[in-house]
Amino acid sequence: MSLLEIDNVTLRFGGLVAVDAVSLTVNEGEVFALVGPNGAGKSTIFNMISRFYDPAEGSIRFDGHDLLQSTADQVPGFGIARTFQNIELFEQASVLQNLLVGRHRHRKTGLLSNIVFSPNAYREEVRHREAVEEVIDFLNLQAYRDKMIGGLPYGVRKVVELGRALASEPKLLLLDEPASGLSVEETQDMAFWIEDIQTQMGISVMMVEHDMGLVSAVSGRVMALSDGKELATGTAAEVQSHPAVIEAYLGTGEISKTGTSRA
Amino acid sequence: MRFVFKTSYDTDIRLFKHRAQATWYALLLLLVLATPLYFVAIGDAYLLGEITGVLILAIAGMGLMLLTGHTGLPSLGHATFMALGCYLNINFLGAGVPWLIAFPLSGLIAGVLGTMIALPVLRLHGVYLALATLAMSILTGDFVVIAEPWTGGIAGAAVPDINIFGIEINRYSTPYKFYYLVLFVAILLVWFYRNLLRTPTGRSFTAIRDSEISARAMGINLTRTKATSFFLSATAAGLAGALFGHSAGYVTNETFDLVMSITLLLMIVIGGLGFIHGAFFGAIVVGIIPVAIANGRSFLATTFDVNINVPGLESALFALILVGFILFEPMGLYGRWLKIRTYFELFPFYRKDMFKRQKSYLKTDRVQ
Repeated sequence: MSLLEIDNVTLRFGGLVAVDAVSLTVNEGEVFALVGPNGAGKSTIFNMISRFYDPAEGSIRFDGHDLLQSTADQVPGFGIARTFQNIELFEQASVLQNLLVGRHRHRKTGLLSNIVFSPNAYREEVRHREAVEEVIDFLNLQAYRDKMIGGLPYGVRKVVELGRALASEPKLLLLDEPASGLSVEETQDMAFWIEDIQTQMGISVMMVEHDMGLVSAVSGRVMALSDGKELATGTAAEVQSHPAVIEAYLGTGEISKTGTSRA
Repeated sequence: MRFVFKTSYDTDIRLFKHRAQATWYALLLLLVLATPLYFVAIGDAYLLGEITGVLILAIAGMGLMLLTGHTGLPSLGHATFMALGCYLNINFLGAGVPWLIAFPLSGLIAGVLGTMIALPVLRLHGVYLALATLAMSILTGDFVVIAEPWTGGIAGAAVPDINIFGIEINRYSTPYKFYYLVLFVAILLVWFYRNLLRTPTGRSFTAIRDSEISARAMGINLTRTKATSFFLSATAAGLAGALFGHSAGYVTNETFDLVMSITLLLMIVIGGLGFIHGAFFGAIVVGIIPVAIANGRSFLATTFDVNINVPGLESALFALILVGFILFEPMGLYGRWLKIRTYFELFPFYRKDMFKRQKSYLKTDRVQ
């Protein structure tokens, strides 16, 4: 059953067509990867799902909701969590506090009960902390629980961001380049986690990734994009051997005579 | 070195991290409760009035701290909300409303009006928001003059005494009662503030401060959350304004001027942005400087026969101190204290860059 349906979506920035009539579906329990050269429109698709961008045409439906009718802050409420390409954590807060913000969509108490710290607020706080501890346990973040983000190495921040998204208990997880900047070992950890997220937690994953090793290891279906257009969709091996994809990455093989004059 | 072993979620949730900390705050509470005894003993309550003034500034400072320090929205217009609270309080009391109702009500209405004024400018960021609130601050004096029937205009308005169930409280005739009243309000607000920070509301504020895009992606409604922060902030400022009126006894169109707004912002920067302590440390500095200057002046005049009478000396000193803090201690006095404490707690493992920030506080600070 399809969870996310993107139908014929087009987005233009002025004259530039960033995403050109792309359609895709992400099924329940699936890991779906978007690959393609820089500027292909992968992150733009994420930002449209997150409702940071408004597509000019097309429709995006998630789990029975029309996302285009919603605002960015309503999207997490449907069960979509995401990470960012350039880590966007709350720098002046500890790892624990960052993960707790991820629980925001499950918030039940209002301002007044928060201010007087009512028994309800206390119970909710304990519940949130229980859920967050599970994520900390899952991602092996115990050593960093009370550390400020500002002092953490890049690799750990990447994991914290994944943890913050997981803390919201999503149905669909959007990972924007989860392995960029990670070492080989860290990338392997990331691959195991993504597998566990899919198989044990039953969360569907949609990711943008350049590391084809990670993509082939975890994803069921892969879509290759270039210049905002779909090139091919299929398994990682099929997409990698698709002529249009090879052309987009490596060129046509015809060397332009005038090309040498370009710096 | 101290290790706190966490055995339950309460360890993180409760107000004090460990017993030693709770003991220190209990001692501090005893100290502030016993302070008036000293002034009773020497029979001169002038300095107690100054201390009460510092507490009132700290209440306003907490309001601004919530907005600027925790939500990341700079405001140069908080004197406006103080003025709102002050004049509302005067009018309620004048209409015969008991103080116990008039005081909180004027704070809340100041909060609501403040939010209504702020809603259009909340879409602005950083320096633009600061400019919009600055404009608000500049207009305040004029509005006080225009609203003469309620404010007394240029001639000013006298602030009625506080009456709680028959107990008359006046800054001059009953300074001790006034001190305890202000202290109670300050402690209550600190408690509210602490509760906010350990619950989702406070976390959504800091989330917006650190990354708006991320906050939205976590399901935080920016406009509503910012408006909430503005409401709470303006309410605290309104309460402080009402108390300030009682403390001053007489307010005119020049009481809540631009200088007051700037002083508040300066206060929280000197104290330490993002810490409740910062509001109090800043208020102490701002409260002490005029007294210190006056004392220094009379000392120079009597001992060395040197008369310094430079107009604007205080403002210049404030400016100098602010520049000094921004350059050398951006985390403020409380930040300095944190570093000293950490140094001793971790001795000898303290590193120089332990408190280094990778991102600057307000987005406008970043060089784009």
